[in-house]
Amino acid sequence: MPRFVKTGKKTLSAISTASLPDIVFIILFFFMAVTTMRETDVLVTVRIPEATEGKVLEKKSLASFIFIGEPLENLQALFGNEPKIQLNDTFKEIGDIQDFIAQEREQLNEADRTKMIVVLKIDRDARMGVVTDVKQALRRASALKIMYANTNVEKLTLQQ
Amino acid sequence: MARRQAPEINAGSMADIAFLLLIFFLSVTSMDTDTGLMRQLPAIPDINVPQDISKINDRNILEVKVNKDNLLLVEGELTNFAQLRELTYNFISNTEDLPNMPEKELVNLPYFGNVAVSKAVISLQNDIGTKYGVYIAVQNELIAARSVLRNNISREQFGVPYDKLDEDKKSAVDEFYKVPISEAEPKRIGEK
Repeated sequence: MPRFVKTGKKTLSAISTASLPDIVFIILFFFMAVTTMRETDVLVTVRIPEATEGKVLEKKSLASFIFIGEPLENLQALFGNEPKIQLNDTFKEIGDIQDFIAQEREQLNEADRTKMIVVLKIDRDARMGVVTDVKQALRRASALKIMYANTNVEKLTLQQ
Repeated sequence: MARRQAPEINAGSMADIAFLLLIFFLSVTSMDTDTGLMRQLPAIPDINVPQDISKINDRNILEVKVNKDNLLLVEGELTNFAQLRELTYNFISNTEDLPNMPEKELVNLPYFGNVAVSKAVISLQNDIGTKYGVYIAVQNELIAARSVLRNNISREQFGVPYDKLDEDKKSAVDEFYKVPISEAEPKRIGEK
């Protein structure tokens, strides 16, 4: 009769985890390096439009952001559901844009001030009236380089 | 005096600490890059400086309008959005030198020599009631038509697509197909 016999104790040598911290640290440093902390909380719903010709924003440090869209649902009781302009962390009016641009320009170092770029993140359902007003305000503030933020797609379909 | 050996610090929890930090940075990282259409706004004209009021010849202007119902008008005719790119392309290139299409001007460009350059200008007009999404889509098509032309000439001249050119050559190609897209002041008809 065959019998199952335990043939001695099998010892599996434990894998050394001594280098695990090092590996994790390498990944950690990578993420620390590429992290840009989110500076502003977006208070509006912005579904940015699609386009095929969008170029990548190369220097994020030179960019200032203007958001335009409907206030978030929990803020609508307070601010209504008309598209509003958000600068930094608060809702602002057209008249405040000039100050905002001056302030943002102040934060850049001297050499970069002319290269400042204003990124407009605007909801696709917003009306051009408000967009045009913002554009005029930017012209008055002589922030002439702008970028209409969009998501890149292969092919554009338009629902009119 | 006998030197006492420092007790070894247990590094077993190091991994846990590192993991915690790692997860924190993972969660706050936003790797998404912003993309968009780059535009240069015209400066506010200085009232002390005399303006160049020479009128652009009518045949050189492609008039694109988007009204408050998001309908597209090209040169006053209702146009389907799908045709816009091709229409713009044909307008700028004007291969048959039609009299109602843009004129060409002989200029001397680096890398190209003496070439006939189209004097086309695109004028984009929108209503204040136009949807932003439609406006961007239209602008995208106009820019796309221009990029196709730039790409073609770049392949013809340098054998590589436009994106692969260095700055000097890029600006030469830009000169070749300048085609400024001007945004006129909006009409205030859609206002309630």
